[in-house]
Amino acid sequence: MLAAGRWGPADRASNPGAKLIESLLPASAAGIIELLSPADGGWGKTLLVGLVHSLEIAVGATIVGLLIGTWGAYGKLYGGPVVRDLFAVYTTVVRAVPELVLILLLYYAGTDLINQVLTAMGYQRVDISGLVAGIAVLGFVQGAYSTEVIRGAILAIPQGQIEAARAYGMSPGLLLRRITLPAMLPFAIPGLANLWLIATKDTALLAVVGFSELTLATRQAAGVTKAYLVFFLAAGVLYLCVTLVSNFLLGRAEKWARRGMPSIKEAS
Amino acid sequence: MANETAVIDTAARASLWLQPHRIVMILIALGLVASAAFFMRWDWLPQYWEMGLMGIWRALWILAVTCALGFMIAVPVGLAQAAGSIWVAAPAKVFCTIIRGTPLLLQLWLLYYGLGSLFPQYPWIRESWMWPYLRQAWPYGVLALTLSFAGYEGEVMRGAFAGVPKGQLEAARAFGMSRWKIFRRVWLPQAFYRALPTLTGETVLQLKSTPLVATISVIDIFAVSSKVRQDTYLTYEPLLLLALIYMTITGILVFAFSRIEARIPVKIG
Repeated sequence: MLAAGRWGPADRASNPGAKLIESLLPASAAGIIELLSPADGGWGKTLLVGLVHSLEIAVGATIVGLLIGTWGAYGKLYGGPVVRDLFAVYTTVVRAVPELVLILLLYYAGTDLINQVLTAMGYQRVDISGLVAGIAVLGFVQGAYSTEVIRGAILAIPQGQIEAARAYGMSPGLLLRRITLPAMLPFAIPGLANLWLIATKDTALLAVVGFSELTLATRQAAGVTKAYLVFFLAAGVLYLCVTLVSNFLLGRAEKWARRGMPSIKEAS
Repeated sequence: MANETAVIDTAARASLWLQPHRIVMILIALGLVASAAFFMRWDWLPQYWEMGLMGIWRALWILAVTCALGFMIAVPVGLAQAAGSIWVAAPAKVFCTIIRGTPLLLQLWLLYYGLGSLFPQYPWIRESWMWPYLRQAWPYGVLALTLSFAGYEGEVMRGAFAGVPKGQLEAARAFGMSRWKIFRRVWLPQAFYRALPTLTGETVLQLKSTPLVATISVIDIFAVSSKVRQDTYLTYEPLLLLALIYMTITGILVFAFSRIEARIPVKIG
């Protein structure tokens, strides 16, 4: 289809298909490369910077989510009744409310709360960067989902392994580091891989609060040049590349975590 | 006798659930709700509640339409991947990968701004009967949400179709059923029962995706809350109420689906 952009003008007039392609791509093929080039005059750099911002937030949110998730899974499994119920409320509420609403609510409430605390303690108000706020908000959301994934994975560990570790007199910290975390990894990786993919896509929601990640950068570029289809398709390709590369790497990671275990087909 | 044990059972379960710490937590929660009702501003409610109801209605309508249409697309997409030749399986796989690999917000904006800027260039589209609809925002929102649901659910249906035991299909063939009849009477129902538990989750996810249509100027409940925020300069009240509304709808959806699941007396082997 792209090759059609190089047709001569006589062809264009006679061919209705060429007209469609012409309007699909307001500029010619050479023009598109110019539009998307990362050099001066092109918008490629804007998109790539947006992509880097998106990935930064996704990585940060996943790390925060994993920390909350491990903590939450432990609280849900081994905590007292109050801790269990509090985590149950947290995971239920976060999973029932749209991410967009949570992002708005936490974004405003979080920055407001920090500033109120700072003014109460006699400090200056601070502007919280979109990056930090985005990581915190998405991490809070991811934490609820990871809690459930990690809880399920810990429950899938054969109970004897944990009992054996306790019998050897391991402290809870050592037990977590040496037994629980490594043993739950093969069960948790498929779910966590899914969460990572959700995190990369959820970064797009920060466009609504005005953080300039890939989707908002794309929209700005498209708005200026009026080449909406070109830019949105280009951004789609970038997101798709992230997903496909992640899928490949996470598949390798799962294979590595499952080493020495019977394959899924044999086990079932 | 059986009745008596049932009564004792429910009473025991209630007392098990209502432990002392839970009573304290419920009281704290009630206190929070009461203080929110007292100390926050709710005087805008009478002015906007009609608009809010319209918004809820519109969100539910979008949810129902996109789930129904999306499921209708998901069945052939799943079937193509589970049983089709490579010529139908590959496009279905590519469709699922693209939909699941890009953010819904981007797909929505691609359709709305991209196609929306493309259509007016064609006189025959502008003269057709579709033009009054294509000029509005909601067809693009419905299309994007439908395709998204079809992509995610198509992957689920692939697994569900592949998971139906071969013996069932062979038995149906041995009875001399035609291929269409096998599909209608044996394959699709069993695949549907298998997909039902995930369908609950997918529907809740779809509900949580509906506020995105507010970004292309469809007035759903999320857009109403944004309007309230702009008009009254209140930040928290409309958002908290919005979260409560979505939680209520989610609760109702989950309850309804659990009732449907309980009605199906199938033991999936």
